[in-house]
Amino acid sequence: MTATAKRTTGRARSERRLGWMLCAPAVTVMLLVTAYPIVYALYLSLQRYDLRFPDDHGFVGLDNYQAVLSNGVWWQDLINTLVITAASVIVELILGFALAFVMYRAFFGRAVVRSAILVPYGIITVVAAFAWRFAFDPTTGFVNGLTNSDRSWFTEQWSSYVVIISTEVWKTTPFMSLLLLAGFMLVPQDAVRAARVDGASAWQRLWKIIIPLMKPAILVAVLFRTLDAFRIFDTIYVQTRGAQNTESVSIIGYQTLISRLNLGLGSAVSVLIFACVLIIAFVFVKGFGANLAQQRGENP
Amino acid sequence: MTRRALAAAAAGCVLAGLLTACGGGGGEESAPVLHWYVYNEPSGAFRTAAKRCTKAADGAYSIVTVDLPNNADEQREQLVRRLAARDGDIDILGMDVIWTAEFAEAEWVKPFPDDEAKEVTDGRLEPAIKTGTYEDRLYAAPFNSNAEMLWYREDVTPKPPATWDGILDQAAELRAAGEPDQILGQGQRYEGLVVWFTSLLESAGGHVLDESGTKVSLETGPTRKALQIMRDISRSPSTPDNFATAREDDGRLAWETGDAAFMTNYSFVWPSANENAPAVAEQMRWARFPAVREDVPSKVAIGGFNLGVGGYTDHPDEAFDAVSCLVGEENQITNATDGGLLPVTEALYDDPKLTEATTEVEVDGKQVEVRSFPYADVIKDELADAIVRPQTPYYNDVALAIARTLHPTKGIDPERDVERLREAIGRALKGEGLL
Repeated sequence: MTATAKRTTGRARSERRLGWMLCAPAVTVMLLVTAYPIVYALYLSLQRYDLRFPDDHGFVGLDNYQAVLSNGVWWQDLINTLVITAASVIVELILGFALAFVMYRAFFGRAVVRSAILVPYGIITVVAAFAWRFAFDPTTGFVNGLTNSDRSWFTEQWSSYVVIISTEVWKTTPFMSLLLLAGFMLVPQDAVRAARVDGASAWQRLWKIIIPLMKPAILVAVLFRTLDAFRIFDTIYVQTRGAQNTESVSIIGYQTLISRLNLGLGSAVSVLIFACVLIIAFVFVKGFGANLAQQRGENP
Repeated sequence: MTRRALAAAAAGCVLAGLLTACGGGGGEESAPVLHWYVYNEPSGAFRTAAKRCTKAADGAYSIVTVDLPNNADEQREQLVRRLAARDGDIDILGMDVIWTAEFAEAEWVKPFPDDEAKEVTDGRLEPAIKTGTYEDRLYAAPFNSNAEMLWYREDVTPKPPATWDGILDQAAELRAAGEPDQILGQGQRYEGLVVWFTSLLESAGGHVLDESGTKVSLETGPTRKALQIMRDISRSPSTPDNFATAREDDGRLAWETGDAAFMTNYSFVWPSANENAPAVAEQMRWARFPAVREDVPSKVAIGGFNLGVGGYTDHPDEAFDAVSCLVGEENQITNATDGGLLPVTEALYDDPKLTEATTEVEVDGKQVEVRSFPYADVIKDELADAIVRPQTPYYNDVALAIARTLHPTKGIDPERDVERLREAIGRALKGEGLL
């Protein structure tokens, strides 16, 4: 530390100081709005703290974590969340890729095509969830009318999953395709043309040239969506409220914190969700080599 | 430099202006404005009551309503967040009958002084008073009341069944004869399921909690009987497929299609059917909530709203006075005639102002008068010996445990689920673990 300080010139040092001063406001705000709540949640998760019993507080160590992790509800809901996450991200990746390709290759009405594809993403999740719920409602919905059935979609687990996952896919595929479109833009046209000259078929060009070159963009898109999908709340809250075994981990967090007012236990749930998100991000970055800097074009 | 001086001068002026304005207001010793946090009642009956009581206070205070969401869970979330942060702005609050123990235990509402307590309980329905009472003190004044009844059709079943078994038998006969046979109720995983379960359990002679309110009771015989009825109703071919997601309003909509023979629901279905389905409404009749046993009348869980005084208000005396006025008989009648909310003063159920009241509904473009409360005598009897849902600060946890364990009701196994229910409620009463 001192050795580097000695070697840096006076000008470099003052520049560095200026740099710190310039980002100090942003760092302060981040500490206030992000670090403080996270640290406070960690602190609460180690306490017995129920809003309904204001005088009965106290440090309980890891008891709250033990209570959550030893309960079947947590594990069942974790599985539910992972199923919904995996199913929606896979479908979104395939659909998003196709849509990105359409947006990329649209020769006429490019602006119209792009905005049309983006419309669902612009709709508030709660509104989208209600729209799908009403569409699948057996008395007032149009889906049963079209398919000539009288199924009650939200009375069974698999059919509830179908509606929830479809809502998620409909709502966030545009986001996926937008990120993938950026990936398409990164593919140098020269390489594709060269492959064509060498006699590669369209299929070979896609698999051997375009997709490998797009890999960083694909990984980032999948990572973002996985993190997002794992925290699914609104759609389930609106459509089933977690009934028929469709509850996600965020729903238990909500129930424990907001309706049961058990801040200690609820914070433990929130911290565990946070830990899961960190693990997912870690697996993507270390395991698949998702490189966030590359996406931004800093590293060719 | 000049600019800075100018800015400072400007700021000083603004500050001075504010101070004089404040000083002027404070000097007059103006009467306090009481904030009444309550859901936005669509007919405006609550605002009428606030105006009336402001006038009656004769300058001592004025009451303004602050709107809360219509959904009771969302109202509770908002109130609780404010009260846990010791919000002194909440002077008066509208409370669902199931919140009293929780709010009282956390000191989010103040206990009523003896004089006011006497005034707001005078002549009120006994179960309604009980909902506002926790550990022998009154924390919430009964404001309006409600209970489910059995709705049936005179053209389908001239004599309604008195028990759940009777409903099942009659529905099967009607189904075989090709007549309307549907049974409508509330099967979704929410508070309505808890209402159904507690009503059945108490009708069968059981209780969720023991006398102390801290231990699980759930006597095996009655609990098993209640669970068996829930399962049988849910599995009946006459019960629609969407029972597991049905709430009160789904029942109302299905009833108005004319395919149903029986429905347990609150009184809001009556004006609605008159407006939307006059042909059905003409044949629509009401009876006491179905019993479990032929010889023992049913007991039904009481619903409704009470008024409490915020635990951190700066004007408790004025607030208690205001509540005494708001829950008065005149306002109860307005609530009933304008908003369809049933009173808590027992005598009002025989008052011509209520029994003779009519509502104008639009049928095929014509205004038609129908009686507003033809069912007053039936619901009065029900409310007189209605039961109160478990009174514990952990009510929310207990209700969650019941709804989670019993939903979907089709899958209930009475033998096994008595024990599961006991365990879940036991955990809920300790406030431990996930539910």
